[in-house]
Amino acid sequence: MQWAAAAGVAAILGVVACSPSKPAKPLVREDSKRQHAPDFALKDADGRLVHLADYKGKVVLLDFWATWCGPCKIEIPWFQEFQRKYKDRGFEVVGVSMDDDGWKVITPFVQMKKINYRVVLGDDKTGDLYGGLEALPTTFVIDRSGRIASVHVGLAGKKDFSDAIEKLLDDPAVPANGNSVRSDGADADRRAGTHG
Amino acid sequence: MAPTLTVAPGPTVRTHKGAVAVVTFKAALPPGFHANSNTPSDAYLIPLTLKWTGGPLQADGITYPKAAQEKYSFSEKPLSVVTGQFSISTKFKVPANAPTGPAAQNGTLRYQACNDRMCFAPKTVPVTVSLDIE
Repeated sequence: MQWAAAAGVAAILGVVACSPSKPAKPLVREDSKRQHAPDFALKDADGRLVHLADYKGKVVLLDFWATWCGPCKIEIPWFQEFQRKYKDRGFEVVGVSMDDDGWKVITPFVQMKKINYRVVLGDDKTGDLYGGLEALPTTFVIDRSGRIASVHVGLAGKKDFSDAIEKLLDDPAVPANGNSVRSDGADADRRAGTHG
Repeated sequence: MAPTLTVAPGPTVRTHKGAVAVVTFKAALPPGFHANSNTPSDAYLIPLTLKWTGGPLQADGITYPKAAQEKYSFSEKPLSVVTGQFSISTKFKVPANAPTGPAAQNGTLRYQACNDRMCFAPKTVPVTVSLDIE
């Protein structure tokens, strides 16, 4: 799989935390500095197309991972817990597997781990949209307006994720025009300053 | 930045028709990174794999480096890995009908590297051995 430079992720999208022992601050980017998460169309295990836009109005944890990635396996149980804990508040985890071998390796892994959130098969195009994804795991926390509130490259801290999710869930704001994860920057301006 | 596994070019291997030649080359990973050994601890992990893809010689067995058992923050148990500089040897048979003179044996080395916080996409690097067959 051809992956571009990780610098792109940091420079374009803003890495806010990398170490489990050193939680970065702020946990989420200021409202006005968030960029729209690129939409994608990727298939799940049943062959259904999944778009990020399907999750409009929800907080989304978008996890790029692979079955061969050890650090990813540490985070997956956390994400399962988040899916259970926050689902009813408008939260979803979407796992994007970057396994070249596809469903023949993903499906048994998902079954073995009893993954309780949607998993789709990623591709280079989607990886490029998200800055190149040189390393896994790379996890994006996306606000209800479809904008990237934080990015974690590498194994992050569980609390970093949960704090960010809770903060975003507490914000009920949805764009007034609000029907697209690619809504324009006016919403960012309108909502600027609503987060600490 | 993704680590690059470097393969050091070895000296030209001088051999002759009908002989057995053992060819060893060195490879290295940057400090702080590891790659799964040829026999990873977990079926989902991608093994270090050398494949000879072209050339006049017939591979007759590959000896991978001895794996280290190392514990990382993301693993509950030690993982079977290679780190730093390591060597891989291949036993070749030189066919009786091999062409004489200079030649090259080509292959690929596939690896998947991580550090203690993240993993990098599997990569494949070329391996070439220069030959002089008498």
